[in-house]
Amino acid sequence: MLITRKAEFSASHVCRSPQLSEEENLRQYGAGANPRGHGHNYVLEVTLSGEPHPVTGMVLDLKELKAILEREVVNPYDHRFLNYEVTPFDRIVPTTENIARDIWRRLEPHVARGGMRLHAVRVYETPDLFVDYFGEAAETCSA
Amino acid sequence: MFRLTRRYRFSASHRLHALSLSAEENRRLYGKCNNPFGHGHNYVVEVSARGPADDVTGTAVNPAVLDALVNRQVIAAFDHRDLSSEIERFQDLPATSENVAVEICRRLKTHWGEAFPGAWPKLEKIRIAETDRNIFEVNADEIS
Repeated sequence: MLITRKAEFSASHVCRSPQLSEEENLRQYGAGANPRGHGHNYVLEVTLSGEPHPVTGMVLDLKELKAILEREVVNPYDHRFLNYEVTPFDRIVPTTENIARDIWRRLEPHVARGGMRLHAVRVYETPDLFVDYFGEAAETCSA
Repeated sequence: MFRLTRRYRFSASHRLHALSLSAEENRRLYGKCNNPFGHGHNYVVEVSARGPADDVTGTAVNPAVLDALVNRQVIAAFDHRDLSSEIERFQDLPATSENVAVEICRRLKTHWGEAFPGAWPKLEKIRIAETDRNIFEVNADEIS
């Protein structure tokens, strides 16, 4: 069974790689390469897989998942400039893909226990652009 | 592996009418959707592509490249058009959203290599909402 909890954070970022020329950065990231930065209202959907507990009927108490999301992701990310204030974005470009992978890495140690697994991380940069990430091991995208 | 999804919109009209059925059968099958004057929708199309993220750019899919492809092959052709009379594929095929999804997928697959010449990213699926309540999804692997 899959369960999903949603969270939001608002943050600014710049998409620009020091390994690319100015022209390459503009071609790759367009307006996102503006050195002053820009922001988004990100929406995060975290999906866990597992079986409901025979007594509680829950895979994981969503209050607990909410607290994990707040502690591990929302608190460090919300109202921050990702490139300057949140590791690893001092080293890698805070694209939606890299944000999804970082969130996966932050969450997995806290939710992978017993038969429960982190199944997917979905990050909406805008309502019209989102990325799903299924972990390093996933060769294909499922669900 | 990442899946990036981008959402697009177009507004178009259509009339559901199967040429191999009689007028009465068409009326019975499609109901209001068989109105000879047609009717329209605000379609929402989600295009999903999958691939590994490039180590330097941190992106699996360049949204600007995807936008240019979808706008050229789909939105420019479909937006503010009558699908049933103006799109060649629907001259003899009812422009149901199932068929529209397949046609969008086919157009993107045909021209995918022009936009994305490498092994990655690959087109994964098309999801089209004809209204908020009617949603259709087709996997690119299902389309030849």
